[in-house]
Amino acid sequence: MMNYARDRTEPPREPAPAVEARALTVVRGDRTVLRGLGFTVEPGRITGLLGPSGCGKSTLMRAVVGTQAKVTGTLDVLGHPAGHPALRPRVGYVTQAPSVYTDLTVRQNLDYFAAVLRPGRRHRDARGEAVTRAIDDVDLASHTDALAGTLSGGQRSRVSLAVALLGTPELLVLDEPTVGLDPVLRRDLWHLFHTLAAERGTTILVSSHVMDEAERCHRLLLMREGEILADDTPAALRARTGSDTVEAAFLHLVDEASATATRQEATR
Amino acid sequence: MNTTGPHTLSPARTTATAARVLRQLRHDPRTIALLLVVPVLMITLLRYVFDGSPQTFDSIGASLLGIFPLITMFLVTSIATLRERTSGTLERLLAMPLGKGDLIAGYALAFGAVAVAQSVLATALSVWVLGLDVTGSPWLLLLVALLDALLGTALGLFVSAFAASEFQAVQFMPAVIFPQLLLCGLFTPRDQMAPVLERISDVLPMSYAVDGMNQVLHHTGVTTDFVRDVLVVAGSALLVLCLGAATLRRRTA
Ligand SMILES: Nc1ncnc2c1ncn2[C@@H]1O[C@H](COP(=O)(O)OP(=O)(O)OP(=O)(O)O)[C@@H](O)[C@H]1O
Ligand SMILES: [Mg+2]
Repeated sequence: MMNYARDRTEPPREPAPAVEARALTVVRGDRTVLRGLGFTVEPGRITGLLGPSGCGKSTLMRAVVGTQAKVTGTLDVLGHPAGHPALRPRVGYVTQAPSVYTDLTVRQNLDYFAAVLRPGRRHRDARGEAVTRAIDDVDLASHTDALAGTLSGGQRSRVSLAVALLGTPELLVLDEPTVGLDPVLRRDLWHLFHTLAAERGTTILVSSHVMDEAERCHRLLLMREGEILADDTPAALRARTGSDTVEAAFLHLVDEASATATRQEATR
Repeated sequence: MNTTGPHTLSPARTTATAARVLRQLRHDPRTIALLLVVPVLMITLLRYVFDGSPQTFDSIGASLLGIFPLITMFLVTSIATLRERTSGTLERLLAMPLGKGDLIAGYALAFGAVAVAQSVLATALSVWVLGLDVTGSPWLLLLVALLDALLGTALGLFVSAFAASEFQAVQFMPAVIFPQLLLCGLFTPRDQMAPVLERISDVLPMSYAVDGMNQVLHHTGVTTDFVRDVLVVAGSALLVLCLGAATLRRRTA
């Protein structure tokens, strides 16, 4: 085992950020998808990651959970470099496309992933409880014995979300978890996210296309073409741009950035 | 950056993985039926094709008992692991505290179990119903068949890393298996081939799989050649499994 005693002897100042990036750059294929990002994610809070399609949200999340290759710069997650083996039980990750076994039932899927997180016969009862709770959390109790392959798209993505909730992770990385869900379910899930943050102190990094969801985040990271446009609270963003909604603030910032980019092109 | 993680096996995670793979298979009864019935049908067919020359049936039949598990497990594993890669579950698993060895051993265990069922059926039928004349113990036939199945699983796992689609994966079957089939001594004794081909067949694991079967066929006890055959097949399976583990990357582009 490695010794992390250093962390403990330091005086408790401001809580350490759950995620801290400096000069984070990611190359995919021959494109530089993330360009020298610097940002932090506060612990125990919900941070929304917003930006147009293709701006690099999923890439950023993959870097945080340690599945992205060709990452340079500094990226620390819960006090370890991203991808450190010690992080694997502590970080829950929901990919953008639901990643579950379509030829297993909902419960069988969760049973397996639970056994990976907490193996051994000793934990069988605890696992059973965690599975039942996760199924209830995503409101799939009526479909526990249905094959994941026969579920609707939204139901399947909820199974995928349930898997991430299994191990009570300290950091939840959710890539567009509410896409394709109806308003009632979306409200319920956001309620769940807030409960997780408030009661279990879970840090949540969630990407979204839906701007009214942005209002429900504690902080927002606005991205555009691999760069971070803004890192602020929803209220501060609205105030700074003189907009009524985060959507308007976002559009304002994107337009501003595009204008700057065009001007720079012109002067070159 | 060190992202390979611990290489120690966790028995509980391995068996959980094996149980999951078998559970997936159970939801697909047609595949199970095909896995179990096709070898039995083929061996029966062979018996009546060589109705007039039982000796030929003995030697080809015994060889086939070793080749079936290799081919079927190759196909099943390569498709199963390819699916695991494309469905995103592999990425998810590798972001969880699961060792690569656990995953691979889980697959080997699950498909090994299927191979045992398949081989027991085919061997029992051949020996007791179709009159396959084995001098040695049928248990030794079963042992070689099981090792062949593991070799097939290992090869399937390995090539699935190089297949981007199911189409490509099945095309690896003729590419990887057919040359071995031609050179393994099933069609002509290996010492009657062109010297170059004999040399090549010396390094192909299926040659030893088939030779192992024939050793059991012709000898009562465990011969040194049989021991060599078993060790070569087991060793190749292990080697290819390790190569397969190396193709599982926690970080992908
Ligand atoms: N496997 C890959 N190889 C090469 N480039 C890729 C790969 N995956 C994504 N990209 C590129 O990386 C960029 C960012 O992709 P990413 O998936 O992170 O976007 P995103 O913000 O999540 O978009 P969306 O909102 O549509 O999900 C895109 O320009 C995309 O073309
Ligand atoms: Mg995305």
